[in-house]
Amino acid sequence: MSLELEGLRFSYGREDFNLYLPSLTIQPGETVALVGPSGSGKTTLLNLIAGILVSEHGSIHLSGLELSALSARQRRRQRLTGIGMIFQSFELLDYLDVSDNILLQARLAPGKKITPELEARAQNIAAELGLADKWHRRVTALSQGERQRVAACRALLLDPPLVLADEPTGNLDPENKQAVLDLLIELCKRDHRILLTVTHDHSLLPSFDRVLDMAELLREVGSGA
Amino acid sequence: MKQLLYLSLQYVRYHRIKLLVLTFAITLVSWLPIAIQSIVDQATEELLDRADRTPLVIGAPGSPLELSLGSLYFRSRTSTTLPYAEVAALEKTGLARAIPLYYRFRVQDYPVVGTSPDYFEYRDLKIAMGRQVAILGEAVIGAKVANTMGLGVGDQIVTSSESVFDLAGVYPLKMPVVGVLAPAFSPDDEAVFVDVKTSWVIQGLGHGHQELNRSEALGQILRREDDNIIANASVRQYNEITVDNLDSFHFHANNADNPISAIIPVPNDNKSAALLLGQYQEERQDVQIVRSQRVIGELLNTVFTVRDYIVVGVALVAIATAIVALLVFYLSLQSRDGERYTLARIGAGRFQVRVLMAAEIVTVLVVSAVLTSLLVLATRRYGMALMQELLLT
Repeated sequence: MSLELEGLRFSYGREDFNLYLPSLTIQPGETVALVGPSGSGKTTLLNLIAGILVSEHGSIHLSGLELSALSARQRRRQRLTGIGMIFQSFELLDYLDVSDNILLQARLAPGKKITPELEARAQNIAAELGLADKWHRRVTALSQGERQRVAACRALLLDPPLVLADEPTGNLDPENKQAVLDLLIELCKRDHRILLTVTHDHSLLPSFDRVLDMAELLREVGSGA
Repeated sequence: MKQLLYLSLQYVRYHRIKLLVLTFAITLVSWLPIAIQSIVDQATEELLDRADRTPLVIGAPGSPLELSLGSLYFRSRTSTTLPYAEVAALEKTGLARAIPLYYRFRVQDYPVVGTSPDYFEYRDLKIAMGRQVAILGEAVIGAKVANTMGLGVGDQIVTSSESVFDLAGVYPLKMPVVGVLAPAFSPDDEAVFVDVKTSWVIQGLGHGHQELNRSEALGQILRREDDNIIANASVRQYNEITVDNLDSFHFHANNADNPISAIIPVPNDNKSAALLLGQYQEERQDVQIVRSQRVIGELLNTVFTVRDYIVVGVALVAIATAIVALLVFYLSLQSRDGERYTLARIGAGRFQVRVLMAAEIVTVLVVSAVLTSLLVLATRRYGMALMQELLLT
């Protein structure tokens, strides 16, 4: 169930940005922070792993499945069911309440049914993240910290082996930052998920198993932004 | 697809006010031109049909339109009258039967039409309940009058007084309903029919009171002048004609001089109609004869012109509304860029995103179409009555 990247190469067609990552392996249950200056390619790397961007060379394996070989449709399906994604700006839909935002990926996933069991699981995760009494609230009525917890619930609902988080605490106050991150790490570790998080906040780094500095990672191999 | 519909429904519910306003605007501008066309079509058909069945009308000199609207639809309260003697004069030509009409009075909003039994045969009106008018003071009511006023045979109706404070004015007359007409789907459904003499009683030209020749009436006699008895104010006048007091009703003037609103001539044939028209147009200055089709046709031409202006106006409003609706949809889609981005990032397919984005447009258009259809159906059902109210009152 590990994530393995080999000889990954990507560019936006510009001279000033070339990403090359010879090798990176992350073990199940491992929590990794990805740090580095702006423009170093952190988000690009997350997007490559998620299949939003497609690498020019190299391979990405998740649990034995070669993500880089999938078609666009298969990559989308993989994102819906096999990868949990959390964004800095939460990316929740205002017109849905907490329950529907949590179940959004499940509703969009082909062949997935909203069973009572799935709803019960969603409610359990919401309760674990302190959202039990917010189940039918509009997300616009929630605090920033609560919104990010809803986003985390959505990412974890379909039990993905990999969770990608792009600055998940970027919009949170210091108290919520640590609390949300601790919960996320705890849930990922408990279920042996990989958590790969982009962050600029160095105060949070001690919480992770491993910290990867993008600049150093790319410098080691003589390439980068 | 079920899940996409669910998500779309949530979006529509969340933005219901915006979508409701938009739906209402689109419905209105879609319905108005269709409604106007539909109402005008129905009105044209109805008006022309009645005019076709009543090709000639005779009345006092004045507005031909007033005369036509009055004699065909009982919608005019014009005070111009012609003497009842014109009925006999018309009959004397030998060219047509004459049906008198006197439609000055009302029971609530419904006209009281004083006429002869020939009218019912001429309009092919059938009695659904009860019988025809047999004696003075009885009334036969149209189907709609019976329905809306909740009246039937044996009930009584009271005519509306024209003036409360005018001592010499027209006072209410209580009349028994002896018959109810079957629905004719024409203005006859909304009329109260009486004998023309009953109309004169309503007007006060005929009346009934206590017999002054009797010994018990001595206290009510002011003085005697030759054959005339002058009574004082204590003499009781009847406001209801019954079998008991029927004989006391009388007319002081000659009936030939009493007023009527119009005469419907029923020519023997086309040749008689042409002769009658020529005769009245050339020889009679004190009465007018009008061709209803021509008068109603001219009225409809005015209506068509007004309709055309309205339709052009509504079309311009519709174009403006369509542009605003497009702008609203465009801005709405723009404001949902973030949502599209999110959906794509979490793995939603293009089709799924398109369905969710199109939901509000489809909802507004479908709901507008359904509402417009319902309104058009309602217009076809009730538009004619509305048109008559607008046009003829």
